[in-house]
Amino acid sequence: MRAYRALLHLYPASFRGEYGEEMAAIFRHRLRDADGPFAWLALWIGVAGETIVNALAVHWDIFRQDLQYAARTLTRARGFAATAILIVALGVGANTAAFSLTDFVLFRPLPFPDANRLVTLWERTLGYGRLQLSPANYHDWRLAATSFERVGAYTTVSKNFVGNGEPERLEGAFVTADLFPALGVSAALGRTYSAGQDFRILPNGTDGEDAILVLGDPLWRRAFGADTEIIGRTVVLSERPFTVIGVMPPAFSFPTRKAEFWIPYAVTPGDYADRGNNYLYGIGRLKPGVTLSSARIEMSVVAARSRQQYPKENEGIDVTVNAFRDELSQQSRTMVLALSGAALCVLLIVCANLANLLLARALARRQELAVRTAMGAGRERLVRQLATESLVLAALGGALGVLVAVLVVPLLWQLVPANLPTSATPGLDLRVLGFAAVLTLVTALAFGLAPLVTTTRRGADADVRGLREGARAIGGHKERLRGVLVIVEVLASVVLLITTGLLVRALWTIQARDPGFRPDGILTMRTALPMPRYARTAARTAFYTRVLDEVRAIPGVSGAAYISFLPMVVPGGIWGVGLPGRPAERRDQATASMRFVTPGFFSSLKIPLRRGRDVSELDTMTTQMVAVVSESFVKRYFPDDEGIGHTFTFGFTDRSIVGVVADIRVRGLERSSEPQVYVPYRQQPDSSFVGYTPKDLVVTASTPLEQLAPAVRGIIGKADPRLPVSDVRPMTDIIDAETASRSVQVRVLAGFAFVAFLLAAIGIHGVLSFAVSQRTPEIGVRIALGAQRGDILGMVLKQGVALVGAGLLPGLALAYFAGRTLQTLLAGVTPADLPTFGAVIGLTLLMALGGTLLPTLRALRIDPIKAIRAE
Amino acid sequence: MTTTPESLLPLPPATFHILVALADEDRHGYAIMQDVTARTGGELTLGAGTLYRSIQRMLEQGFIVEVRARQSTPLINDERRRYYRITPFGRSVARAETRRLAQMLKLARASGFAPGKA
Repeated sequence: MRAYRALLHLYPASFRGEYGEEMAAIFRHRLRDADGPFAWLALWIGVAGETIVNALAVHWDIFRQDLQYAARTLTRARGFAATAILIVALGVGANTAAFSLTDFVLFRPLPFPDANRLVTLWERTLGYGRLQLSPANYHDWRLAATSFERVGAYTTVSKNFVGNGEPERLEGAFVTADLFPALGVSAALGRTYSAGQDFRILPNGTDGEDAILVLGDPLWRRAFGADTEIIGRTVVLSERPFTVIGVMPPAFSFPTRKAEFWIPYAVTPGDYADRGNNYLYGIGRLKPGVTLSSARIEMSVVAARSRQQYPKENEGIDVTVNAFRDELSQQSRTMVLALSGAALCVLLIVCANLANLLLARALARRQELAVRTAMGAGRERLVRQLATESLVLAALGGALGVLVAVLVVPLLWQLVPANLPTSATPGLDLRVLGFAAVLTLVTALAFGLAPLVTTTRRGADADVRGLREGARAIGGHKERLRGVLVIVEVLASVVLLITTGLLVRALWTIQARDPGFRPDGILTMRTALPMPRYARTAARTAFYTRVLDEVRAIPGVSGAAYISFLPMVVPGGIWGVGLPGRPAERRDQATASMRFVTPGFFSSLKIPLRRGRDVSELDTMTTQMVAVVSESFVKRYFPDDEGIGHTFTFGFTDRSIVGVVADIRVRGLERSSEPQVYVPYRQQPDSSFVGYTPKDLVVTASTPLEQLAPAVRGIIGKADPRLPVSDVRPMTDIIDAETASRSVQVRVLAGFAFVAFLLAAIGIHGVLSFAVSQRTPEIGVRIALGAQRGDILGMVLKQGVALVGAGLLPGLALAYFAGRTLQTLLAGVTPADLPTFGAVIGLTLLMALGGTLLPTLRALRIDPIKAIRAE
Repeated sequence: MTTTPESLLPLPPATFHILVALADEDRHGYAIMQDVTARTGGELTLGAGTLYRSIQRMLEQGFIVEVRARQSTPLINDERRRYYRITPFGRSVARAETRRLAQMLKLARASGFAPGKA
């Protein structure tokens, strides 16, 4: 019998209360009628099945009723419902979007089999930390290492491609033969490069890449209509024919999500000989069972052996082995986490706001609920009904939120730097939908439960009082809860505002940084001189002289020059500096970046010449070897002197300083740069420093740059018709690209902060208006008794300011800690940045005033006669 | 109430059986069950859950009402019982359902399905 009563608990309490006794009685009869163990067993099985089915049916009936009831009440309170749904949608949408991004960037395994065995390999020096590998070191280390199943390497490249339409610039990579096997991927169509020799050292004097090509899936579909007959066909990239040998599977994209083609890596003997020439990215696949730390130990032994073998070139060179998963830079990681934090803040505010809305609604419905209780509605039924209502609101809001997320994710995806090795974009999958569902449920519980607890806890007594006194009763307890909720809202929005403010300040700081040159009115383009045609200094000089002379003759052009690499575009090219009495070393900070320049480079970029002279057409291989250096170079190596006339060893040559120019930010606006050494272009020996051959052209002009570009292209085309011209863009684009992703990120955070700010203001407004409406009679009495308008004003204002103040102070403290965790993103702005804190405090007070304004005006307009008569 | 009896058809079998059981006298739940079992020759036994779920819905729909126990009815084991009485609306609903079933039967006979009257 007890078992049956337990079974009855499956029914809703109301149903059980109504019919439980009767059902138990019936069961007792049937139990008595059952004779024999079989009849007894059959009875139990039948009863259990019947109870479960019917209990579910009864629950469903009630749910349907509640749903209908909720639909009815919510349509009646359309404004409330719309507000609540929108607020939930905002919270769920923002968080779902942030989650799908976080999940995709930080938690999902990389799209390679056994990706946790993939590591990256780097050279490490004391002065510069992590560097790419030089081809020779890569080659030696790959052969020596035993920790890895495979080791491959790549370096990025971009090529011009003329497909069916506009010529486009494709990004891709030179890869060694073992790279694809190391990643564990193979072609979807055709093959990748056959192993055997990892990479080729080209015969002296040639500059040919192996003319075979693997295509990425997006490129294959876009430009070749997914033609399955593509294998063996010829594709022209940057005016050079390549034979297609394979097409990669759809999601594969490496090393960045923009990479679309892969060409076998080959190296010139000159490059290979130079162990200071670091540009290969190494990827290894650990053997099963080999841990990262044991691989690190082995590789450091390998690097030590290299140091012994090449004491001069490899001095101070060690190796770094990292898990591939960790490659996503600390900055992107922090940014994604900051986004999630911001989204969570918004969710918190959303919940607080909704709880407030529902509390106010619950108060307003006290009478209704009291009437229903008086008419015999059980507490359980009321709770159920209110819960259903919250659930309906949350479900509608959640659905809308998912829609918001679907729209927002592609936008947010732009914020993640392109260095994630997959071309897939985060989509809406089961995980994300599940997350959204849980989030919605949590929201519903968080905001739905608080009012439930307060409306139902007080028992019948309070309900009856509610019936009697109507809406006049001020629930002091509820008032306090609503106050706390507003404080939480203020707190969260203060944290968000300050964090955003700090990041805005960081952005401004970076944007305000002087790159060291004036980027306005400068057109840049790249013309890489093909070897061996231009291996001889004389051939190059003839080309540069002709092109530069003709470009300078274009009306409006005030300067033109060639340089090895544009600042910020290629940051490397670092060489050891030898001083008299001390040989060239790459150790410590004794290094500088090397650039070959034509005369006029400094004036074209408006880089101030501090002392001495520019490089000159007269600086040739037969005259004294000279260099122009940056101010920081002089400061570091000749601190007691102006620098002019001193001699130092650089790139196997003794050079004497003839000029000193201001520093420029070679490594971009966010990082500090090494000192710079500029060498006259005529002093680049035949077939040496091939990688440094000036290829970036800068043209300063007062005419619009779009009009200038065709003319310059024409001149280059006439000088050498076979020469591809690429990367045509204004210098300002290069500077803007430095801060582009940061400014988008800041904009998104600012969006979050704005939403939070608005919601908090709405929250304050809600609480105060409610308080004023509750206190209308009291205020009426006060006015009737002679209280001045000022007193009333002060009374309401004080309440508002108290709420805001209580949220503001802990918010400021919390924001400071949030700022400290974001320090890597702050570009030197202190987490306790006074202007930011000041501005946010001001804004918050403004918000308080805005939220308080309407309720205060309403309080002032209270007519004492009416207010008291309403009693 | 503007609901017409016809709009509620067809009735769930349990509902119809309960209405039939209440046609001649007020009964309590267990009596309804026994009556249904007897009428159908033991073919149909309503479970307690089905019975009271139906009763709950029928009360809401106004087919039946709850009445105090009649003194004339012998008490079983002294238990307090709830008695149910069919309402006029319940009767018209039962009649409408009977008409519907008869109509169905006629149609079935006309197409030669069912055995005719003797």
